[in-house]
Formats: sequence, structure tokens, C-alpha cells
Amino acid sequence: MIYLDNAATTKPCESAVKAALAAVEGFGNPSSLHRMGLEAEKTIKNSRKAVADALGCRDDEVVFTSGGTESNNTVIFGVASRTKKRHLITSVIEHPSVLEPFKQLERDGWRVDYIGVDSNGKVRMDELSQKLDNDTALVSIMHVNNETGTIQPAEEIRNIINNVDESILFHIDAVQSFGKIPFSLKKIGADFVSVSAHKINGLKGTGALYIKNKNTLNPIIVGGGQQKNMRSGTENVVGIAAFGSAVKEKRDSEYVRMLRERLKDGILSNIPDVRYNGSNEEFSPYILNVSFVGIKAEILLHTLESSGIYVSTGSACSSNKPMPSHVLTAMGCSREEIMGAIRFSIGYDITLDDIDFTVATLCDKVAEIRKYMR
Amino acid sequence: MKEIILVKYGEIILKGGNRPVFERVLIKNIRNALKEFSDIKITIAQATIYIDTPEENIDDVCDRLSRVFGIVSISRAGVCEKSIESIKKAAVEYLSNKLKAGMSFKVEAKRSDKRFELNSIQIAQQVGGAIHEGIEGVIVDVHNPQVLVRAEVRDDAAYVYSTLDKINGRGGMPTGTGGIATLLLSGGIDSPVAGYMIAKRGVELNAVNFFSFPYTSDRAKEKVVELARILSGYLTKINLYVVPFTEIQLEIRDKCPEEHMTLIMRRFMMKISEIVAKKTKSAALITGESVGQVASQTLAALNVTNSVCEIPVLRPLVGMDKDEIIERARDIGTFETSILPYEDCCTVFTPKHPTTNPKLEIIERSEAALDVDGLIEKAVEGIEIIEVYPDMEDNND
Repeated sequence: MIYLDNAATTKPCESAVKAALAAVEGFGNPSSLHRMGLEAEKTIKNSRKAVADALGCRDDEVVFTSGGTESNNTVIFGVASRTKKRHLITSVIEHPSVLEPFKQLERDGWRVDYIGVDSNGKVRMDELSQKLDNDTALVSIMHVNNETGTIQPAEEIRNIINNVDESILFHIDAVQSFGKIPFSLKKIGADFVSVSAHKINGLKGTGALYIKNKNTLNPIIVGGGQQKNMRSGTENVVGIAAFGSAVKEKRDSEYVRMLRERLKDGILSNIPDVRYNGSNEEFSPYILNVSFVGIKAEILLHTLESSGIYVSTGSACSSNKPMPSHVLTAMGCSREEIMGAIRFSIGYDITLDDIDFTVATLCDKVAEIRKYMR
Repeated sequence: MKEIILVKYGEIILKGGNRPVFERVLIKNIRNALKEFSDIKITIAQATIYIDTPEENIDDVCDRLSRVFGIVSISRAGVCEKSIESIKKAAVEYLSNKLKAGMSFKVEAKRSDKRFELNSIQIAQQVGGAIHEGIEGVIVDVHNPQVLVRAEVRDDAAYVYSTLDKINGRGGMPTGTGGIATLLLSGGIDSPVAGYMIAKRGVELNAVNFFSFPYTSDRAKEKVVELARILSGYLTKINLYVVPFTEIQLEIRDKCPEEHMTLIMRRFMMKISEIVAKKTKSAALITGESVGQVASQTLAALNVTNSVCEIPVLRPLVGMDKDEIIERARDIGTFETSILPYEDCCTVFTPKHPTTNPKLEIIERSEAALDVDGLIEKAVEGIEIIEVYPDMEDNND
């Protein structure tokens, strides 16, 4: 099996599985006053420290959630319910877990601007500075796009925001970059950062949110007051334990970068009528998006599947709907390019041979399908 | 008060000398449908089936019965002793929370025990009077009542029930009384409805699906299994024959004129389905075709696809509009699954300009470019058989 769908989810690493099993065995509720509760609490504390270290923040700035979607919802709805301002900004290429909360707020009467992107998938900075005003409460821009891997210039965005008003809050959806692309919270000056465990070899159902100042948002899940009232509900100790271990794993992004280049070159130089979607300068080494013009991506996906190669069309979350990718549409891709777009997302266990086999399979199968699709 | 379920069956009553055979099959099917429930007692008398089950199961049993073909209606009834006083008391008690002030009603009575102290008319009068007195604000209307109350005196007990506690059954004939047929089941809206309509006439079903991996995905196959599972809820079991179809489609694509592609493909489907039908002792094929719905379903096209088959092809939707078919699909519970977006094989290999008025000789000539028998033989060898049950779980393979 050659698993090239690591942007959808990753295989849990050994240390994460071990930590999870230990947390299942010591099943205490972290809120219990007895020793079993204390053990669970310690597990969470250690994981919180590990995630905070990876983010470069203080432990008490990290809140565990059920994943990227909850982290994003928490920021957007939480800020909206707290602020007195009425304007919000995001981009057109965000993940649905960002776009949908904004659309809901828009229906509730908020002013929301969706900033466009250029043909490389980079958010337009001129458009952003035009839309910012004194009524803007929050700017939410993702760090790495999940479909194309294009990296957004977080620091530049913060500077543009600061030119208008330093009190405007800045949220980064870093689900596809956390643990993979180094970034400095302090240098960026982010107010909120969303991350997810299962994208970095942890378990599904666990994520975290960096919150710089708890007074800038209201919690959206209330109840027993866990996690200093920011996120009630008994903590997912098993997932959090695994997250803490996964985040400490060493990650060799340079190796992944080399694999990506080899895959990209192999496809672009051997297969006619293909198009690389994304930026040649600011890209994540983990994601490669290529359009095979004239082919329905779903058919190519299943063909590759029968050769043991697992990829994705667009992003997994939108594959259930027969909708063309909103990201590629925003980048100005043609309909044919969008229908034929495949996302390869690379993991650490991929070898050079895997990449070569993938390229060779693509050469054969793309030609075969094109013959029949005419 | 103790409750019992009364099941009425319709058309079987008209079966004359064969009636006991049909009744036996229906009872067997009911027993089969209810096998997950313990403590079921079934008796039959005067065209009514009595089902006695502990109170906590009554709702679930009624629900399950509502999917058994041959049943016209299912009523819950209160059970009481065989004396006019206890029938009157039971009627008032049983209906007191159901009959509301302002509602009109009428009582009809029946007695199979002719030695009972009163005749039917007297029973109806007395029970009606008791209800009128005992439940405030109800109105007697013998011509056009909102609620029909029935009192029945049987040999062992008396029953009180009303149209308020009646649910409609599916009607039709008991499954197994009409032989076996083979359904061409796609992932679409029409074919499950077609299968349902024939199954309702007492016919057991096999299903054939054509699978074009990688042009269609495993999810598309799961969708077909799910549709078969929903249909099997009316039957108890369906054997689904999944035929590998990719090679045939690619060969047609390669060697035949594009505008004939769909028709030649459908001829292959019919031939392969007929082979499955013969193997499974099916007496007919069933398709979801409706005249004029798409290019391959014009009368001329139906002639071209029909001509490859020897056994009858049943097309129960033949004169229905899409809206009517969708309404049926919603009613039988297949619509939501049918509209899931996974590609099925019919949408991938679609010519831009299909023939709508094909001539059989011309299609046969196009088809002659293919090794029809060889391709069919290979496809039939590759058939995967999936046994589908109403309560099957995903087997995660």
C-alpha cells in the first residue's frame, strides 16, 4: 500500500498508540478527586505541555477540543458572541469548518468579507487591506491550504491588520501546518491557532486551540467548567494522551520535500496535459495538487486504488458532494482542470521507490483512461 | 387493559379453493418477519389473524407487520371478557383517551359466537350508548362517522378497537405465492421501485447489479447493497449478484459506434441477467424502465434491448412519470439512498448523442464487432453473490 492521503488523515505513530492504550487502561476521570483522577489529569497536563512547546506558547494558552472543526467553530462563534463589532474577514479558500460558521453569522446579520486569491492560491493582500476597517472584529486565514498546500503569509497579514487596528483579532487555521511547517506564534502575533491531532499521527477526535487572551471570546461548549471554563466536557484523555506523544515525534520535512519534488517532476515531465495547482515558492512539502486534464479525478482515484495507491480528489471533506472544489475555482482553474484534480499528500513512510512506482502507474493509467474517455 | 393485534388480509379472501394455501404462506411469512420477537402467539379465524404479544413489543411488531405483503390493515384491539357489561366498560376505557370531544363515531358489532346474549345490532346499540355516556362530548353519526368503533365477540373473548388504532398494511400478495423474478438493480431511483412493485405481488426477488470498478467505486456498490437491504425488509432476503462489467464497457467503447454504446451495453445487461435468472429459477426479469424517460427507453430502444431475452421482462414503471416514481421511492424508503451522488456505471459511459430510434439490424451489426459470448462468459464467471438481509450489518471488508 502506498498511502498518499496524509492530508486527510495519518497513521497513528507507535508512541501515540502506546500512550492511548495506557490512557485506556488508567481510565480515570481527570475531574475526580481521587488518585485515578489525578493520574488522568497528569496525562493531560503532560500533553498540554507538549502541544504548548510545539506551538511555542504557555501551557495555559492551550485548550483541547474534539478537532480542527471544533477549534475553528470555537473561535468564530466565540468571538462573535463576545465582541461589540459587526464585521468579519476570512478568505474564499478556507476549510468548510471556517466558511460555514461565517456563512451562518452572515445570515444572522453580520458583515463578512471573503478575500479572494491569485492563481497560485495566495490570499490577495491588497484586497485584505481594503476590506479592513475599525468595525472589523476578526480576521481568519488558514496557514496551509488543505487542497493545494499553498502557504499564506501570516506575518504579512498581521502587519496589514496592525496598520488598521492592532486590536483586531487574528485566527490561523493551522491544521495542515502544525508539526510540519515551522511557525512562530510570537512573531506572527496570532490570537488564535487551530490544530488537529490526527493530521500529525495522533488520533481522530482530538484537537487543540491556542488562545492568547481568554477575554476575547466566549466558550461555545459550557457545562462542568473543565479546562478553565473554556471547553466544558470530560476531556478525551485517550486522544489527548496520544496527541502529546505524537507531537513530540521528530519530523523530517526535508525528506518529504525531496519526495514531493520527485513526484512533481515525474508527473509534469512524463504525462501530457497536466497542470500543477499551487505556488512554486510558498508551498507545503506535504501536499501536491495536480490536474490531469480530461480525466474525471474519481475514476483515476479508483484506478490508482486498484494498484494500491491511495490519493484524494480535492479534499476528502468535499468528496461526498458533487461540487467542484471551491479552492481551485477561486484560483481560476478551468472546469476540466478542476474535474481532473488529484491531491497527493505525503507521509514519512513513503519511499523513493513508492514515488517512482506511483509516477509509472500514473503514466500507464492516465493514458489508458484517456483512451476511453476520448 | 390487555391489547392484541388484529391483522386483516384482503385479496387472498378472493382466492376460493386456494385460499387456505395463501393463508398458510402469509402466516409463515408473518412468523418469519416476527422471529426476532419471543412470545408471539398467532391464531387465525374468519379472515382475521390474531397476534398476541407482550405489551412492550406491540409497537415494534405492528411496525414490522406493516412491511409484510398480503396484509391490508393492522389494528390494535382491547381484549375483554365475553359479557355485554364488560364489553361496554372496556369500550369506554379503551377509547377514553383516544376519542376526543367533538369527534363523531359509530359502533359496528360482530359475533361469531351466536349463543351470545345479544345479537350484533343490540351489541352495537349498547356499546354506542355506553361510549356516548362515558366519554364527554362525542357525537354519534351512523352515516359518516370520523371514527368507526368495532366490537367483536369471538369464541374465547371479546375485542374492542377503532379506526384510530389502525395502520394500513402494504397490501399485495404473500411473498412466495408468485414465484421468483430477477431484478436489474442499479443505484438509481427507478429499479428499487420496480422491484418493490413486483415483490408486492407475492414474488421473491434476486437482484443483479453491474459493477464497473474503477469507473464506479466501492461506495457505489455499498449503495446498491443498501438499496437491496431496504427492499429485503419487505421480503426477508435478497441474493444480490454483482457482475464485473468494466471489460465489457471498455470493449464496447473501443469497438462500437459511440451512439450505440448504451443500447449494446443494455443488451449485455439483459443477457447476463437472463443467465442469472435461469440459474436461480426466476420466471421473469424486472427492470425500472419507463417509456421515453431516456434515449435507451424509447419504444424502439426497448425493442432492441428486449429482443435478446427469451423470458418475460416485467416493466412495472412503464407508464409512470418520474414524479410518480419518486413518490413511490419515498414511500418505500429507497429515495434517500438512491440520490447519494456516487457515480453508477450508466453515467460514466454515456454517449453525447445516443440513438433514440434504433433499428435492431443496425445495432446487431455494430455488436458483431465484439466477442459477445466470450465476454459474457467471463463476466458471469466473475459474479460475486451477496446475501442481503434486512438486519445485516456492514461487514467492513
